[in-house]
Amino acid sequence: MPNLEELKSAIKEHLPDLDMVIGWEQGFDPLRTSPIFMRSEADIDKLIWSPLCVHNLATYLPNLKGKKVGIVVKGCDSRSIVELLQEKLINQDDLTIFSMPCDGVVSIRKIQNAVGDLDYVEAVEANAETVKVTADGKTYNLKFEDIAASKCGRCQYNTPLISNVFIGEPKNEPKEDNYDDVIAFEQKSEEERRAFWMGEMDKCVRCYACRNACPMCVCKDHCVAQSRDPHWLTQEDTVENKWFFQMIHAMHLAGRCTECGECERSCPVGIPLLLLKRKLNKEIDELFDYKAGTLIDATPPLQAFKVEEENINERGW
Amino acid sequence: MSDVTGTELRIVGFLCNWCSYGGADTAGVGRFQQPTDLRIIRVPCSGRIDPLFVLKSLVNGADGVLVSGCHPRDCHYSEGNFYARRRLEVLKRFLPILGIDERRFEYTWVSASEGQKWKTVVSSFTERIHELGPAPVLNPALIKQAEAIL
Ligand code: SF4
Ligand code: SF4
Repeated sequence: MPNLEELKSAIKEHLPDLDMVIGWEQGFDPLRTSPIFMRSEADIDKLIWSPLCVHNLATYLPNLKGKKVGIVVKGCDSRSIVELLQEKLINQDDLTIFSMPCDGVVSIRKIQNAVGDLDYVEAVEANAETVKVTADGKTYNLKFEDIAASKCGRCQYNTPLISNVFIGEPKNEPKEDNYDDVIAFEQKSEEERRAFWMGEMDKCVRCYACRNACPMCVCKDHCVAQSRDPHWLTQEDTVENKWFFQMIHAMHLAGRCTECGECERSCPVGIPLLLLKRKLNKEIDELFDYKAGTLIDATPPLQAFKVEEENINERGW
Repeated sequence: MSDVTGTELRIVGFLCNWCSYGGADTAGVGRFQQPTDLRIIRVPCSGRIDPLFVLKSLVNGADGVLVSGCHPRDCHYSEGNFYARRRLEVLKRFLPILGIDERRFEYTWVSASEGQKWKTVVSSFTERIHELGPAPVLNPALIKQAEAIL
């Protein structure tokens, strides 16, 4: 990573004016990374930038509103920032965005499926083509595209949409996103679709990691999942409660979700939650020609209307 | 999902106070014959209808949900139903991926004077739900629980 040093010195230059800069550092093993809140030069030396930097750090920003914050972002993370700015959940004046072009990140879950056991990861070497993982004494050479996060396969924003300090050459490889995953799922019979979700929701442990990792879930202690008045959900561990929570989560993100995939990445039991949000995004794009997190000055489509809607024919039933 | 047995099915209707509730009343005053499966919940405006009202009804055992408000441009609060139109359309398109038949949910506009239109809307929606039959049971435990209380 030749540019990492350049990135570090840029951050060092800006740090005196900032309360902190958020980035990634090596985690508890060579495969896992952790967010780091850099407040000193020594912290900045720990910064890394690699395909293992999976977290969307924008999630922390709404909580830090009012502070001078620097943040290191990938392209997809920058969409979350655009959406947060658009909804005035953060202030642009307080923010310094550092970025570099992105080659994609890994999916730890896909690596786990390929390797089996990730309890003792000894070494990892990652580049744009391969990821070499040594775990439990065995080395696995994995093709990057096989273990890349699904979102990277359809990424149109390798270069961030917004940044104050950009290091490297802008790179955009607009890939197609035809929502093939959504269309394929909808080709299943209704019974199969329902059964699929019932099975998935049965696994849910109601930890709310999906909500907490989501940069756009900003209601915090007012989340309807915990409100007693109105009492939308009980504390019972039933499939309907868990299922209804996911409907709430999806509906509250309709027209706002930037598809960073943090919900399903953070889910400890691997429920494919992004599918629900992508379905809504597909419909919203068709209805309102709108993609969340791409324009700071836009209004989320469900907070707006047109007197004559071009694509809604509500009288025809 | 269906909570009832017998000839009626359970259909939940969310009606705005100013137009559709009045329209239903007009139909009643006019003594139009209507099916009786619909349970009406009166709301101040179709803009007050959170799509989650509809989803919660469906999850908790409704066989169908009908939303009706003032015609676009006739909203008592000027623009409530414009917002509703977007939300309800998005909601309707969301249902298939959940494994819920989107025909179980419908939204429409009926004004206070349109008693005849209300009759048509209720009759055809109820007929549609009867054709679809009781909604599939989401969770057998839920049904058992309900049976135990009754
Ligand atoms: S979605 Fe794009 S910007 Fe985000 S990690 Fe993947 S390649 Fe990078
Ligand atoms: S992260 Fe997964 S297990 Fe936890 S609440 Fe969300 S869906 Fe359920």
